[in-house]
Amino acid sequence: MSTASIGQREVTVGIAGAAGDGLDKTGDTLAHTASRLGLHVYAYNSYQSLIRGGHTWLRLRISEEKVTNHGDHLNVLIALNEDSLERHAPEVESGGVILYNSDKLKCDPFLMRDGVRVLELPFKKLTKDLGKLLPVMQNTVSLGALMHVIGLEFDVMAGMLADTFAHKGPQIIEQNVGVARVGYDYARQNIEPMGYKWNFTRTRLPVLTGNEAMAMGAVAGGCKFYAAYPMSPASSILHWMMAHGERCGVAVKQAEDEICVANMTIGAGHAGVRAMCATSGGGFALMTEAIGMAGIIEAPAVFINVQRGGPSTGLPTKTEQGDLNQAFGASQGDYPRVIVAPATVTDCYYMTAEAFNLAEKFQLPVIMISDLMLGQHVETVEADALTPDVPIERGELIRDASAASVNGDFKRYTFTPSGVSPRVLPGTEGVAYVAATDDHDETGVLISDEHTNAALRRKSQEKRMRKLEGVLAQLPPPRLEGPADADVTLIGWGSTWGVIHEAVGQLNEAGVRANHLHFRYLFPFHSRESLEILHACRRTVVVEVNSTGQFARHLRAETGFSVNDLVLRYDGEPFEPGDVAGRVKAILEGRPYNGQVTQAEAREMAYHYIRVYLKEDARPVRFEQVSENGYREPVWQVQIAGREKGEPLGELFIGLETGSIHEWKTDVVGA
Amino acid sequence: MAIAAEKLENLTLDTYEGLVDPDWCPGCGDFGVLKSLKMALIELGIRPHEVLVVSGIGCSSNLPGFIHAYGVHSLHGRALPVATGAKLANHNLHVVVTGGDGDGYGIGMCHFIHAMRRNLNLTYIVMNNQIYGLTTGQASPTTMKEMRTLTTPRGNVELPINPMALGISAGATYVARGFSGDPAQLTRLFAGGIAHRGFALIDVFSPCVTFNKVNTYPWFKERVYKLEDEAGYDPADVTAAIERSHEWGERIPVGLFYKDEQPIYEDSEPAFRNGPLVDQPLGMDRALFDELMAELV
Repeated sequence: MSTASIGQREVTVGIAGAAGDGLDKTGDTLAHTASRLGLHVYAYNSYQSLIRGGHTWLRLRISEEKVTNHGDHLNVLIALNEDSLERHAPEVESGGVILYNSDKLKCDPFLMRDGVRVLELPFKKLTKDLGKLLPVMQNTVSLGALMHVIGLEFDVMAGMLADTFAHKGPQIIEQNVGVARVGYDYARQNIEPMGYKWNFTRTRLPVLTGNEAMAMGAVAGGCKFYAAYPMSPASSILHWMMAHGERCGVAVKQAEDEICVANMTIGAGHAGVRAMCATSGGGFALMTEAIGMAGIIEAPAVFINVQRGGPSTGLPTKTEQGDLNQAFGASQGDYPRVIVAPATVTDCYYMTAEAFNLAEKFQLPVIMISDLMLGQHVETVEADALTPDVPIERGELIRDASAASVNGDFKRYTFTPSGVSPRVLPGTEGVAYVAATDDHDETGVLISDEHTNAALRRKSQEKRMRKLEGVLAQLPPPRLEGPADADVTLIGWGSTWGVIHEAVGQLNEAGVRANHLHFRYLFPFHSRESLEILHACRRTVVVEVNSTGQFARHLRAETGFSVNDLVLRYDGEPFEPGDVAGRVKAILEGRPYNGQVTQAEAREMAYHYIRVYLKEDARPVRFEQVSENGYREPVWQVQIAGREKGEPLGELFIGLETGSIHEWKTDVVGA
Repeated sequence: MAIAAEKLENLTLDTYEGLVDPDWCPGCGDFGVLKSLKMALIELGIRPHEVLVVSGIGCSSNLPGFIHAYGVHSLHGRALPVATGAKLANHNLHVVVTGGDGDGYGIGMCHFIHAMRRNLNLTYIVMNNQIYGLTTGQASPTTMKEMRTLTTPRGNVELPINPMALGISAGATYVARGFSGDPAQLTRLFAGGIAHRGFALIDVFSPCVTFNKVNTYPWFKERVYKLEDEAGYDPADVTAAIERSHEWGERIPVGLFYKDEQPIYEDSEPAFRNGPLVDQPLGMDRALFDELMAELV
């Protein structure tokens, strides 16, 4: 998509700095300022697992229309340190502006594209009359200036600051607004705005993350018990629950590990409350034995896996859709469970509420798969997108147990045609039963040890698995979005809906007829309906954020259908629409992805080398592909020069295929 | 929780008779534990539907199947987390957790420590036979040093866990030890533990007649003495309790080591304001929803 087609209807602002620079708060203020004006926002924070230091990169896309991802563009950069300028200044598109504190930084024109302007903000001089300020308040100066640059209303931002600092009193509010105002005034005197003519509806749009939506959806759906062990990127669900549990009537328990978390959740579900827990892949691995227990004792419980890059500790602060196989393989044996993957923030809300209905009606564990991108990105939803009125269906719950008792024995696990056996909650007078993890007969007596019985085992297993037929009948089948007679169908699951949706739009604009098939319900699977759709597709491409095409494999297992191509990303960053559209186009043009190190990647690797092995005051300045060399593969030959004076320091040789840093040479001409 | 002041009529051992008979070996110490648990429930007037017995996996963890009450026969080592979840969901239930030394002090040790420091109103009965019985005689966390087992053919080189000392130091507020050979005392200790407001640990010497040929009934009978018979012993005295907890050898104390009155976890949970969670209405009213949405704009 060209910049022109965005017109003046959207802007993408990047804020880059180190962890501890206060990017979050700055981004929050900007997001809410836009959302209070009725603009839509989508923000993605590419952060690292560091409290201070490292590189943090927040990108906010602001638009008059609903935006479903963080997009392909960068129009404005607020750089908080030199590293940020180095990395992101070259990404700012023509017509854009770069803002920074000129007390500390200077943007080298070498880094800038044509038509990009800078706004230098002399922080000390601007704020000298405003008393002693914290270093993070340079961000507030930038935000004030930004209001002018991108044409948002200063007063709305001032109102947002006032709300943010309300708990700190009028003096702090006044100080913050004052600091922002000097930035705003300075910008007005020193730079022409970018020319946005926004149509502000002033409908205040809710701003939330997928994790918050899941927590709220849980409460709307009747969640009364939440347990967790802190783990990125799921922790913000725990934080929300801790902060709101009292008001929402939810008992929230931080436990010693995820094994305890899962077992507590099942204990609570068994005792009759709607119970949920969330974690990421590593914690989910610890929960798996318990999830099988929920399957065999038929306890309702909801388990959320907010995926991050794996395996093992993997990439704690990066996104991936790499735990699908784990969700399918969770726990030993066959047992009925539901696996769902919300695709949007709104889905996160409603599908969590729905998960409790499925869990209770069918008395089984429901696994929800989200990921860092969906769970932690900030997004506006329409003002009426969320509602407290969600259906609550508890299934067959017997309050008066006397009717259910046969000769004094209660058949908790009656072999019914639906597989669902009416449930009595512990504490109900008149009956009693044991829920056992050994397989058991209808009354709960073990058929594993002394009373081993092959016939009962067969019927017990079939009864449980039969529940999946009922589940499937309740789940909506997938449907094709976009033109029916497309030349290529992009297939995704879970969090990638928004980015694929926009990529499909881009492809159609570029003359490639494309449509989109997206899966939210992964198990049980609508095999027949899916196959009908797939058979009508001319060419199919699965797009997913893992390195092996886990969903494509699942699709093949469920339908026997092999897709034509895969577009995979597993570098920790989420897809962008242009990225997806470009890769699909390349496939259609007979240029399949070759996995070679791109120039942008060579640049990232060079920066890594500089930061770890050289000094910070160097930068990669020239990239050249060289085939004839002694490294047994073509390489990127990267010239590294001093940051200040540009003096050559040496050359880095990076393998085009392997990505290996073959050599750092300082005995080169000029060095 | 309401414990009837007087015994309810018609509560007998038959009231708690399970669907099937125990599958334990004849002479197993767990028979005594099962009977004493039923006696304690009768004494306290707790009816079958008011109690949830949660166990893990192991010979002793089969107990919920042998008593007429609500039960969860959960995973190996995970009885305490399951029980904790159930208790938090419905704190009106009497939740009694049962299991063995391998289940509780081995695979479940992490939960054991944390459950005690939470001081929930739970009763934890550990049938300690100092051996893995169900898996045919491997060393357990309480197997004595130098003892030969299937997995310690040259004698156990590791120190056994000391459940009493651990319990006292980890924050359990009722710490006791009984012996299957003395059902009367065991019943008193169970009843005391269930009636106690807080986490009650009752470790029980429950001999395995098949796989532990060292720690037998006669072995214990020669050694155990009752703390309640000791002049001046005060279970409120934590120092004395710790001292007794380390006594092992010729003389081994049984009885109530330690008892303390502390606020329980349930007292601090704001969501319990209107009673057990299980009785609360589901969902979110418009006022709460609007309040939450206001935070998002």
